[in-house]
Amino acid sequence: MKFLSKFYLAFIFVFLYAPILVMIIFSFNDSKSRSVWEGFSLKWYKDLMSDSAIIDALKTTLIVAIIASLCATVIGTLAAVGINAMKKKLKGFLMLATNIPMVNPEIVTGVSLMLLFVSIFGVFSAIGINLEFGMLTLILAHISFNIPYVILSVLPKLRQMNKHSYEAALDLGCNPLKAFFKVVMPEIMPGVMTGMLMAFTLSLDDFVISYCTSGTSAQTLSVVIYSMTRKSVNPKINALSALMFITVFLLMLIVNIRQMRDSDAKVGAKR
Amino acid sequence: MKKLFALLFSAIIIASTVCGCGESSSADSETKSEHAGESIVVYNWGEYISNGDDDTLDVIADFTAKTGIDVTYLTFASNEELYTKLKSGSASYDVIIISDYMISKLISEDMLLPIDFDKIPNYQYIDKALLDKDRFSYDPEQQYSIPYTWGRVALLYNKTVVQEKPTSWNALWDERYKNKILMFDNSRDGFALAQLLNGDSFNSEDPEVWKKAAELLKKQKPLVRSYVMDQIFPMMSSGEAALAPYYIGDALTIMSQNEDVDFVFPKEGTNIFVDAMCIPKGCKNKSAAEEFINYMCSYEPAKANAEYLCYSSPQTQVIEEHKEYLREEFGDYAVEATYPESLEGCEAYVNLSAETNKLQTDLWLEVRAGSNYTRSVICVCVTMAILIGGIIFAKIRKYKRDKFIYS
Amino acid sequence: MTSKKVMALPYVFWMILFTIVPLGMVLYFAFTTEGGGFTLANFAEAAKYMPSLMQSIWLGMLATIICLLIGYPVAYIIAKASSRSQRTMILLIMMPMWMNFLLRTYAWMTLLEDTGIINDFLASIGLPRMHLINTEGAIVLGMVYNFLPFMIMPIYSVLTKMDKRLIEAAQDLGSNGVNVFRKIIMPLSLPGIISGITMVFVPAVSTFVVSKMLGGGEMLIGDIIESQFFGATYNPYLGAALSLILMVLVLICMTVMNQFSDDDEEALLI
Repeated sequence: MKFLSKFYLAFIFVFLYAPILVMIIFSFNDSKSRSVWEGFSLKWYKDLMSDSAIIDALKTTLIVAIIASLCATVIGTLAAVGINAMKKKLKGFLMLATNIPMVNPEIVTGVSLMLLFVSIFGVFSAIGINLEFGMLTLILAHISFNIPYVILSVLPKLRQMNKHSYEAALDLGCNPLKAFFKVVMPEIMPGVMTGMLMAFTLSLDDFVISYCTSGTSAQTLSVVIYSMTRKSVNPKINALSALMFITVFLLMLIVNIRQMRDSDAKVGAKR
Repeated sequence: MKKLFALLFSAIIIASTVCGCGESSSADSETKSEHAGESIVVYNWGEYISNGDDDTLDVIADFTAKTGIDVTYLTFASNEELYTKLKSGSASYDVIIISDYMISKLISEDMLLPIDFDKIPNYQYIDKALLDKDRFSYDPEQQYSIPYTWGRVALLYNKTVVQEKPTSWNALWDERYKNKILMFDNSRDGFALAQLLNGDSFNSEDPEVWKKAAELLKKQKPLVRSYVMDQIFPMMSSGEAALAPYYIGDALTIMSQNEDVDFVFPKEGTNIFVDAMCIPKGCKNKSAAEEFINYMCSYEPAKANAEYLCYSSPQTQVIEEHKEYLREEFGDYAVEATYPESLEGCEAYVNLSAETNKLQTDLWLEVRAGSNYTRSVICVCVTMAILIGGIIFAKIRKYKRDKFIYS
Repeated sequence: MTSKKVMALPYVFWMILFTIVPLGMVLYFAFTTEGGGFTLANFAEAAKYMPSLMQSIWLGMLATIICLLIGYPVAYIIAKASSRSQRTMILLIMMPMWMNFLLRTYAWMTLLEDTGIINDFLASIGLPRMHLINTEGAIVLGMVYNFLPFMIMPIYSVLTKMDKRLIEAAQDLGSNGVNVFRKIIMPLSLPGIISGITMVFVPAVSTFVVSKMLGGGEMLIGDIIESQFFGATYNPYLGAALSLILMVLVLICMTVMNQFSDDDEEALLI
């Protein structure tokens, strides 16, 4: 049984990693071929580094992800605190609305945002202000689909919190703002951080909504990748995947090792 | 852990901005244009410009180096896709390069700006014979467009798979080559082939002609490996597919990548097209856009494009040299294919009426949209029935259990 | 207390502007003609794409079922492992998800081609080449590959939170392995399964990338919507009508699914 389950897991991991591995191997291939090995070369990496469209897209992606996740964290955290204090009926309605972007198919969300921006910009251009799709629409769209994730990771922490500590702080002479930052924030901080991290990664990885809301001036990495995959074969894509995978791998490794050390230390301390 | 993340990401950002700075500083060597420092957006077909691969001239970079105008270069896969992008209003472009029938469609919908020909002195080098009104009526007043390339649609085939040289478009309907056939991923080119086979005109306004063509395309669908545009390059040159209709210039490019590929012009006739540069309404920098068009009509980029793309060039200074180049690279047949003596059997697309255009896109979607309707419905219904049955069963059981507990 | 409620105001404002109003726009477009008048013609036209819709639903369902069948054992095995190896394995499951999903799908494209690695391998060991790409199987494979972690994660997190004493109690009372699984583990992990199904089915049914890259000729409902707004067949009115249909359909599916579980509020969160 033990052997069987190990074998099964190994099979799943092969299924998950084989395509990625093949891509990484072929990113070092000397020819354009996607299936025949013709010698080792680093030229696709060199090409990649000199591709200004990709470098620009990387910058756009990071800027959008950072701004969107920060804004979403602020708005979402405030919203979670507010929602938590609400009566059941209002809360139910707000939670329903919060769930919409999460259950809605991405393409529908993307299309709806595009229609909104097109008509808003139409109104603006009628009064002489010409706006166009680009960084602004990307950031607005990303904030919108990030907020629900922040709310949903902060809310449970608020619920776990002792309601009376905030009131106690008020009674002891704190003004509400100070009480909030001194008492509530530290309690919900883990939730806020999880939410922000989640928002950040969702933003980085998003394709469909970025595809719907990007214009000519700013395109995220996934939009550029999409247009690359629709063109003639381009081993730069393999090189890009390899780099992305290795970055993620190292990040995860470092985080994991640190976490393990932390938890080991905690276990040791308890003993 | 959080600090680590912050650190890493800030490192990435700093690295990328530093890279960016390093790059932009190289471009300001000589600034000749009054528009230096401004930028334009160019929207072109995919794989349709000399881009610096294999020691060719990188036309866009050269333009930026010479004028100081920054170019955002974007590509689309078909005329229809460009039309959507223009219509939806989500983006604005300064220069677009599109085919004849789309130009006349855009003119009729008032979506193009007239070009100021005084700003384009190099227009004198453009072959006026191309603008023969009997053949091409897309821009009758010669106000909106300047030719970029022209060519015909050919049938590509892989000699190792397709034994006898095909002579007709019906090779694309041949059962023997199931899953080896590629087809155009745009409605106009796709329908044209079916209409040629049916012996109809692809400029017909008769709905029956279009419906008949759609029937033929539906018959072809099970045989088709993929509906492609730019992806034809890897698929034909790796031998992944064996038969495909495509534009003659790209056919030559593919032949230079894979010797087994050859092409014919089928006996039913074919489409002849001109792709031209236009300035769409909503253009932000018309004057810089005209400078770009003028540059593209000059000798160097026109030559680089002709040799890189293998499409027929309208630039008169380039034509003879290009013929020589083709003769050396491919042989006489390539010269004849690219600059034919007679254009018999070739017809250009004409912009269709709004109704026919609508019918065309509807029918095209109908051809492409899901097959296996009955099977899908049955499968979905069965799964749903099992699911709902499961829910009811679970609810009943729960109800009984609750009753048991509380009684 | 009111001051706290006020804190939700920016969000309420944001949500109305960027969630409710856009959906209203979809609704508006779905019922208008190009001239701006009210019409139901878009839905009459949308009915023509029922085959695509049905095919999308079927392929999405198939992918979801396969994900569940493959994913449940994975989650179960991981949840039973020691806590140290649990973390490593979860990391390994999550890691591909951090890589852009277009790149992952692209990887499969190069594997499945007629001249791709799988076929070259088959040919080299003397087996006949198989036509893999541009089939419904390839689409489902792409969906399963991309969305499998979405199934594993919620099931895993429910399984780890499960009260182990319940299982022990059942065993003490004489239940065998199969019965413990059927009567205790399975029902208790239901919320995870439901949320996994949601997270796989919704993106699978509305995808347009997977079908475009691995399906070759087939246009699923996602492709058709994409085509109306960004592709070769411009018609936002029809696109909006199709989006609306897809949205309603997904909502119905979700309501049906939620009938299984009693947890309502946080069933969607992992």
